Amino acid sequence: MYGYVAKRILHAIPIALAVSLVCFLLVHMAPGDPLTLVLPADATQAMIDTTKAKYGLDLPLPLQYLLWLWGVVGGDFGTSISTGRPVATEILGAIGYSLSLAALAAVIGFALGITLGAIAGYTAGTLLDRMVSAIAVSGVSVPQYWLGIVLVVIFSVDLGWLPAMGAGEGGVLARLHHMILPAVTLAAMPAGIVTRSVRALVAEILARDFVTALRAKGLGRRAILLHVARNVAPTALAVMGVQLGYLMAGSILVETVFSWPGTGLLLNTAILQRDIPLLQGTILVLALFFVGLNLVVDILQPLVDPRMKRT
Amino acid sequence: MTGIDAASLTPPPPVVVAASPGYWTGVGRRLSRDPVSMLCLAVLVAIVVAAILAPWLAPADPSIGSVVRRLKPIGTPGYPLGTDELGRDMLTRLLWGGRLSLLMGIAPVAMALLVGGTLGTIAGYVGGKTNAVIMRATDVVFAFPSILLAVAIAGALGPGVANTLLALTIVLIPPIVRVSESATTQVRDLDFVEAARATGAGAITVVRVHVLGNVMGPVLVYASSLLSVSIILAAGLSFIGLGARPPTPEWGLMLATLRNAIWSQPLLAALPGGLIFVVSLAFNLLSDGLRSAMEVE
Repeated sequence: MYGYVAKRILHAIPIALAVSLVCFLLVHMAPGDPLTLVLPADATQAMIDTTKAKYGLDLPLPLQYLLWLWGVVGGDFGTSISTGRPVATEILGAIGYSLSLAALAAVIGFALGITLGAIAGYTAGTLLDRMVSAIAVSGVSVPQYWLGIVLVVIFSVDLGWLPAMGAGEGGVLARLHHMILPAVTLAAMPAGIVTRSVRALVAEILARDFVTALRAKGLGRRAILLHVARNVAPTALAVMGVQLGYLMAGSILVETVFSWPGTGLLLNTAILQRDIPLLQGTILVLALFFVGLNLVVDILQPLVDPRMKRT
Repeated sequence: MTGIDAASLTPPPPVVVAASPGYWTGVGRRLSRDPVSMLCLAVLVAIVVAAILAPWLAPADPSIGSVVRRLKPIGTPGYPLGTDELGRDMLTRLLWGGRLSLLMGIAPVAMALLVGGTLGTIAGYVGGKTNAVIMRATDVVFAFPSILLAVAIAGALGPGVANTLLALTIVLIPPIVRVSESATTQVRDLDFVEAARATGAGAITVVRVHVLGNVMGPVLVYASSLLSVSIILAAGLSFIGLGARPPTPEWGLMLATLRNAIWSQPLLAALPGGLIFVVSLAFNLLSDGLRSAMEVE
C-alpha cells in the first residue's frame, strides 16, 4: 500500500512539473515582447530593469524557467498588471470563493447524479429509465453560461426569489443565498455525467452472474443493492474526482455570469485586461489543484476497491 | 460408359452469395430506425443548411442597426425574432451567427481527428519509444481540465477566431490520440495483421488496409461525442471575451452582449444560448444513437 502511494506521488511530480512548464510558456506564446506583457504600459525604466533582472529575460529559456519556478515555489507568482498587487494575493482572496462554490455544486451534482443514476440503472429499459436518461443528457448538453442566464430570468427577474449576482454581504446565510443559483448552474454538468456513468455501471453489474446467484439464494433487494454499490463505488469515485476538478475549472463561465468573485472571475478579468501574469498564476494554481485531486483519487481508489491492492 | 450422365457434367449453379452488406450499411440501417437519432439529424441538417444559406435567407443586414428600434420583442412586424441591443434584426444575426458558431465547434473536432488519429495510430502501431513520447505528451494535456487549457491558450494568444480554433484543437487532440492508440494496439497483434506483415506488406500498407478499418469506428464515435463539448466550449470562449469579437454575429458573443437585456426582454436574450443548447443536445443524442447502432452482438 505504501509502495503504491509512493509510486503515485512519484508519478505526479513530473506531471506537475510539465504543467508548470506549460504555464511558464504561456507568456512566451503570447504575441509581443514578454517584457511588455508582464509590465503595465506606463512602466518606468527602473521597473523595466528590475523586472528584466528578476526574470532573467536575457538568459536562455530553460534558465528563465528555473528562475520562474524557484519564485513560484516560494509563492511569488509575479505582479498583476490590472491591480498592481501580487498575483498570489489575488488568488488567495479568490480561491476560497471558488472552493466553496465548487463544494456546494459537487454536493448537489453528485447527490443528484448518484440517486438518478441508481434509479435509471435499476429500472434499465423502462420508461422511468428513459426519462432520467433524457434529463441526464440535457444536463451534459446544456451550456452552463446559458443555463445560468435562464435561471436568473426565472428566479431573479420573474420570481424575485434569489439574487442574480455577487457574493452577498455579511453572514453565512446571505452567502448561501447568493450561492444557490451559481451552484445549481455549475452542478448541471457533473449531475448529468455522474447519472450517465452510475446508470451504466449499475445496469452492467445487475446483469452479472453473481447478482443472479444472490437473487437465486433469496437475498433481499436492499442487500443486493449493497453488493452493487460496493462494485460501483471505485469507478464512480474516479468519475467524481475528475468532475470535482472540472467544477473548479468550469466555474470560469458560471462565475462570469453571476459575478461570483472567485478564480473564474479572476481569469475573466485577466482576459479582458490582457493581464498575462494574473492569467498564468491562476491557471497554474487551478491546474496544480487538478493534478493533486487526481493524485488523491488514485490513492483513495484501492481503499474502496480491494482488487486494486495487488499492485 | 454409362453412369455419368450429361447433367452431372454441367457445373453446379454457382451458389449465389448475396453481396454481404458491409458493417457500415448495417450501422446506417439501425441508425435510420432510431426515431430520436433521425429527429436529431433532421434538426442538425436544418440548422446547418440555414446557416450556410444565411446570406440568401436572412431578411436584413446583420451589421446594420438603429437606435430607434433597439430590443424590439419577438413577433414585432418586420422583425420576427425581435431586434438586439443595437437594433439589429435577431433572425438575421442568429442565421449568420450559426455559421461561425458551427464552424468554431466542428472544425476543431475535424482537425483534432486528423492530427490525433494519425498520432494515435502511429503510437499504437509503432509502439516502443515512439509510443512513450506521444503518450507522455498527451498526459501533460490531460493534466489540465479541458476548459482551463482552452482558456489558457486562447487567453495568452488573445481574442480571435483563429486563436480559439487553435486552442480547441490542441485541447481535443489528446483524447482522440488515446482512443485511437488503444484501438490500434488491440488490432496490431491480431492474426490477420500478423499475416499481412508476414507476406511482406509494408507498414503503411498494413495500417491503411488492415488497421485503419478497425480503428476508424471507435475513433469516429468518440469524435462525434466531442462535437457537443466543442460547440459549448467555442461559444463559451466567445462569451467570456475570447473567440469572436463584436460586431461579428456569433451565438456565444450574442448571448454575452444581450446579458443586460434579460431584465427587459428575457426571452429574446435567451435565444442564442437556446440554439447552442439545441445543437449540443442534438449532437449528443446522435452520438449516443450512433454508439448503440455500432454495438452489434
